[in-house]
Amino acid sequence: MELLSMGGYGAYVWTAYALTFGVVIICVAQGRRRHRRVWNDLRSRLRAASERSK
Amino acid sequence: MWTFLHKLSSPPHFYDLAAKMIPWFAAASLLLIGYGTVAGLFFAPPDYQQKDAFRIIYVHVPAAYLSMMAYVVMAVSAGIGLIWRMKLAHAVAAGAAPVGAWFTFLALATGSIWGRPMWGTWWEWGDPRLTSELILLFLYFGYMALRAAIDDTARADRASAVLALVGAVNVPIIHFSVEWWSSLHQGPTLVRAGGPAIEPVMLWPLLAMILGFMLLFAALLLGRVRTEVLFRERRSRWVRKLVYPEEPA
Repeated sequence: MELLSMGGYGAYVWTAYALTFGVVIICVAQGRRRHRRVWNDLRSRLRAASERSK
Repeated sequence: MWTFLHKLSSPPHFYDLAAKMIPWFAAASLLLIGYGTVAGLFFAPPDYQQKDAFRIIYVHVPAAYLSMMAYVVMAVSAGIGLIWRMKLAHAVAAGAAPVGAWFTFLALATGSIWGRPMWGTWWEWGDPRLTSELILLFLYFGYMALRAAIDDTARADRASAVLALVGAVNVPIIHFSVEWWSSLHQGPTLVRAGGPAIEPVMLWPLLAMILGFMLLFAALLLGRVRTEVLFRERRSRWVRKLVYPEEPA
């Protein structure tokens, strides 16, 4: 309990840390999602092109 | 050295090498941030003035450093791309912007959360440190908006590079703002004449967090640049083979 209250500053300290790890997770997820999207986009375009040329 | 650099700037080589490096950077950053968080929250003693509220320093300072470091990386790469017409440099600049914007937001948010109990206010308009950091966020937004508005990649690279270079004057302004003008913000703790003004038991977690977040930035940046390279090289043979290997030759 003592640890959580942070001498009365608990709300500020924990919010700051939660926000930090939230931003880290968002950065990782956003980067991965964008990579997958670019990859899938290219792939479907290439497939469509090769179907058309058949 | 030069052959290494030459090889590095070849897109397929960079794409593979970055994929191999990312897990190492990520693992090292995880270790450092894990240690820094536990030690900063639980082992470092409370500050004699700020009590336990000072623990916000362990996330605020790394975020603020990164917000500026990412901008320097972005502006320098953009400059290299502009002068030597190096496409990979433009890809690095474009990849640094979103990560830098997130860390600028984080520096502003954690600073605001720290300011409330210490200064009695979330935000102070006109404060030089706070205002210049907010301008940094808008520079990132402007850079990304400009890129998004121009379809032709080469033109987007050049126009956004000019913006990044002009905006770079803001970085030293942020850094020296607390010395040039009076600010609510406290002065420098680490980089100051006479050495760091902080006890080792408080300092080590901070250094670990700063280094950990820098390595995290490196991992995030490499990932972003890989995506950029994949998109920019979409017409090349190596990308087509990589993405759609079953294509009949």
